[in-house]
Amino acid sequence: MFTVLALVIVTAPGWDDFRKSFLNTHLWWSSFPDIARGFLVNIRVFCISEVLILILALGIAILRSLPGPVFFPIRALAIVYTDVFRGLPTIMVVYILAFGIPALQLTDASWYRSQTYWSIVALTLVYSAYVAEVYRAGIQSVHPSQEAAARSLGLSRWQALRHVVLPQAVRRVVPPLLNDFIGLQKDTALLSIVGPVEAFRQAQIAESANFNFSVYVPASLLFLALTIPLARLTDYLIERDRRRFLASGGV
Amino acid sequence: MAPAVVLEGVQKSFGKLEVLSGIDLEVEEHEVLCLIGASGSGKSTLLRCVNLLEPVDSGRIVIHGEDVTAREVDVNEVRRRIGIVFQAFNLFPHMSVLKNVTLGPRKALRVPRRDAEERATELLTRFGLADKRDEYPDRLSGGQQQRVAIVRALAMEPDIMLLDEVTSALDPALVGEVLSVIRDLAQSGMTMLIATHEMGFARETADRVCFLDQGRILEQGTPDRIFTEPVQPRTQEFLRRIIEAGRM
Ligand SMILES: Nc1ncnc2c1ncn2[C@@H]1O[C@H](COP(=O)(O)OP(=O)(O)OP(=O)(O)O)[C@@H](O)[C@H]1O
Ligand SMILES: [Mg+2]
Repeated sequence: MFTVLALVIVTAPGWDDFRKSFLNTHLWWSSFPDIARGFLVNIRVFCISEVLILILALGIAILRSLPGPVFFPIRALAIVYTDVFRGLPTIMVVYILAFGIPALQLTDASWYRSQTYWSIVALTLVYSAYVAEVYRAGIQSVHPSQEAAARSLGLSRWQALRHVVLPQAVRRVVPPLLNDFIGLQKDTALLSIVGPVEAFRQAQIAESANFNFSVYVPASLLFLALTIPLARLTDYLIERDRRRFLASGGV
Repeated sequence: MAPAVVLEGVQKSFGKLEVLSGIDLEVEEHEVLCLIGASGSGKSTLLRCVNLLEPVDSGRIVIHGEDVTAREVDVNEVRRRIGIVFQAFNLFPHMSVLKNVTLGPRKALRVPRRDAEERATELLTRFGLADKRDEYPDRLSGGQQQRVAIVRALAMEPDIMLLDEVTSALDPALVGEVLSVIRDLAQSGMTMLIATHEMGFARETADRVCFLDQGRILEQGTPDRIFTEPVQPRTQEFLRRIIEAGRM
């Protein structure tokens, strides 16, 4: 199967051109330091957004789970939020915030003019909408009898959520959360379109300097070096949960 | 002294289905009252209403002279004084036995951790669970889990205990250990409202037995009277079925 595929590729009419523009090993090595430095920007953006997302999304999920008619307006707002930010293409949100807001020239502060800053905000807004849904599914998967047991002890609604429902919900959604983070890790490359010199942008610069696409290979490998371990960790956790579930007599 | 619990015309529906159709009931201090009745007759719902886990549609529930169905009542405060144990145990699976037992006192009563743990350990010892203190619920047998659930409720030092078919989910071999805990509690003078299918247990432990049928209390009296000379035809039929099923 792979041999056939390999044969098809190397005998393709454009193979020689392809090899020159993608498989230039010399360029792989020479472009690597700059791209790796750019990749540090990706990692930083990823880590900061990730923390912000975990917090914001949990807040939204909690607001969306508030019961009763009193909280209807809050629930409605949370729903509008998730609908809007899940519906918009990420690239558009990044564009609008990173170009739009600084263009308003509200202040002269350096953070305000920083595209990296607004990209982090954009990624946080978009991914929080997804992650909030993941949290919410987790909250709903905790059987209502757990909350009833907590409330029957005289715990307030908030205490029951905080000590009984959320700890169980979060444990259950760790694998899907990691899945979303793999997506986030890749989407940090979107920064390139608004300016900050991260790994992909650095590769673009190297590409136009050398008229050669080979520079994208090290950039891709860097992304894979981060997302593949995350993916394996996700698989491991899912498998562990499944085994635990079977061991505890689940069906 | 005011009765421990008074229900006056308690009515409760789920959508169109009327589950409690005007319940009048008084439970005296230190009384052990058993609710019997067919599946779906409303026993669990009645207990959940007393603990305010379900709001009643109309009628009043008065606990130690206080109308707890009134609007301004602090439901958390009321629940702290009433323990409930569920058929399915409902232990918190992510917490050790000790944490399960101390959660209520620590968070709802703001008892300092050390005091709560000391008290919990005492209770666990009293019910033969001292060595399970640090286990997680899924490592315990059903009987042990249910005893932990009882201890968890007792740790709040409630005046009243509500028990909802606490042995129905248990292996027959494990029913005895749980029932003996409840007998213990009855002897210590705990006021209890018990929904049960264990007629033998009801007969020997209850001060009074109420037969619930389609959301009404059809008949009540001493266990001897209810079990040997039931008056209502529906009570007679219910008991005959139980005997036929070999459960008494
Ligand atoms: N949350 C709910 N929503 C809708 N219907 C409910 C709910 N809880 C109970 N019911 C219905 O109310 C009726 C009485 O239920 P309840 O659990 O009180 O009966 P029970 O006497 O405890 O029965 P069992 O012996 O099977 O436990 C049943 O028909 C049940 O389906
Ligand atoms: Mg029931």
